[in-house]
Amino acid sequence: MSTTTLPTSAPGRTPAPSPVRAGEGRIGLRANLRHIGALVRRNALQIKQDPESMFDVLLMPVIFTLLFVYVFGGSVGASLGGSRDAYVNYVIPGLMAMMGMNIAMAVGTGMNDDFRKGVMDRFRTMPIARSSVLIAKIVVEIGRMLVATAILLGMGFLLGLEIKTSVLELAGAVGLSLAFGASLMWIFILLGLTMKTAQAVQGVAMLVLMPLQFGSSIFAPPSTMPGWLQTFTDYNPLSNLADAARGLINGGPVAHSVWVTLAWAAGITVVTAPLAVAKFRKKS
Amino acid sequence: MTRIDKNPSGSRTGNAVEVRGLVKQYGGPQGTRALDGVDLDVREGTVLGVLGPNGAGKTTLVRILSTLVQPDAGTAVVAGYDVLRQPRQLRRTIGLTGQYASVDEKLSGWENLYMIGRLLDLSRRDARLRSDELLERFSLTDAAKKPAMQYSGGMRRRLDLAASMIGRPSVLYLDEPTTGLDPRTRNEVWDEVQRMVAEGATVLLTTQYMEEAEQLASELTVIDRGRVIASGGVNELKAKVGGRTLQIRPSDPAQLPAMARAIAETGLDGVSGTQAVPDEGLLYVPILSDEQLTAVVGLLGERGFGIAHIGTHLPSLDEVFLAITGQKTSVSDIAPEEIAV
Repeated sequence: MSTTTLPTSAPGRTPAPSPVRAGEGRIGLRANLRHIGALVRRNALQIKQDPESMFDVLLMPVIFTLLFVYVFGGSVGASLGGSRDAYVNYVIPGLMAMMGMNIAMAVGTGMNDDFRKGVMDRFRTMPIARSSVLIAKIVVEIGRMLVATAILLGMGFLLGLEIKTSVLELAGAVGLSLAFGASLMWIFILLGLTMKTAQAVQGVAMLVLMPLQFGSSIFAPPSTMPGWLQTFTDYNPLSNLADAARGLINGGPVAHSVWVTLAWAAGITVVTAPLAVAKFRKKS
Repeated sequence: MTRIDKNPSGSRTGNAVEVRGLVKQYGGPQGTRALDGVDLDVREGTVLGVLGPNGAGKTTLVRILSTLVQPDAGTAVVAGYDVLRQPRQLRRTIGLTGQYASVDEKLSGWENLYMIGRLLDLSRRDARLRSDELLERFSLTDAAKKPAMQYSGGMRRRLDLAASMIGRPSVLYLDEPTTGLDPRTRNEVWDEVQRMVAEGATVLLTTQYMEEAEQLASELTVIDRGRVIASGGVNELKAKVGGRTLQIRPSDPAQLPAMARAIAETGLDGVSGTQAVPDEGLLYVPILSDEQLTAVVGLLGERGFGIAHIGTHLPSLDEVFLAITGQKTSVSDIAPEEIAV
């Protein structure tokens, strides 16, 4: 191909970039918090614009509580040496653990959709830390989790849930499940950024979710399960979280399960959060 | 009215954008070269039009210059900042409006602008004022509270432009800003771009339309298959490709040959290519300047020829390519653009 260049550019003249100073252009903590705040507002306004996106958070706790309490409550309650009421106190703390997992999964699918939009290009061309986009999302999702947990507890009280400890310990149980749920969100954000479609994220998430949820102490005590499954439930972090929440609400030893749950949450976050941020940075 | 602040640390060469030997390859060593050694400059305070068909590499160029994509080789310096080494500083000086509006569809126009203002470290008050001001300027005040998804294509594009303006960028990239817009909306966008330039912004505009490039840009770079195939001032390039064509429809089609002869006899530069097409009842006269146009029309009037219709026609991108390279555009499926003036 013939190249016809009219003499306007000066070839050979090397551009002279200004010298790089260490830390120049870095984003300070205050600015970072302000950016996260602006992005939290964006996510919250999206919910306001699209209230249907709250249906899962509003209905999931109601439906799960009714189903599990009335389907399994009688028989599992009896084996716990009580009745359906005994099962309410067993399953509600377990459902707190499960709720976090389900909401975290939705973050992954939502993220995948969100990241196809042009507005992400704009965020990536702006002088903001790229992690702030992800952190804002997590802040809003923790808010959604809190709403779901409040409804779950409300349903529990209607069905006869008794707090045998104190409000402080109840708050501890809620906090623990939020912390663990938030760490799971990083996994699903990473999945959402890696996989091509929201459907693929959903598919993979379901495959992982089912065994983790049911192969745990969430719905029934593992004591009647075969040995190999008991081993699995012992190491399943959801069991630890369910046991911790149960202990904090019903009394009993909690230290071990609380620490194991916190260790899981910290471990998952430390490994997956940097990966997710790096993935977001590179995505083009 | 607000002024666009020139970046004080801008390049000392007088160029807001300097690109040298830029290469970007997609899909491994055997993949396609989206950019294959591109050099270009945009002088501060001017508009450079980057003209090329679909797939020429225009969007890749813009994405590299806005730090969204990393080049495989070459350098690019914007407002004195290197795209690879100083992306954070560079992001403070640029604004980007893409082919696809990059606003949040679920947020209202006002909320979109306010959010961007806050992300650019404006105070709450300043972000509020700036959002109001820009909505006003882009005639979106009435739709300020409506979610962007309810906006028409033109309104969305205007909101996108407004969003790019919040930080008063010294360099603006407009990636095919009017593709898919109707002519009226296109004119509105052009007016805004001209206003930004009048206020001192440097603009890199990519387009497939010769007319758009001519309207907005002072300099042009034509790229095809990731390479620069021509660059220069708009007038230089126009002279090269032959400028406009005058179309004349005589009242009496029988006079076509006589008119053609009369024009050819003037001996004006360029008009020797005059063609009479009896099937269409049209006379095509290549013209190089407004003076030639006036002369041709004046001559026909003097000789008493009746004229039913008259119009001018800019060369299409295809014709530009044909003139420069002697071959059709590499992407054969682009529709030849008939651009009426």
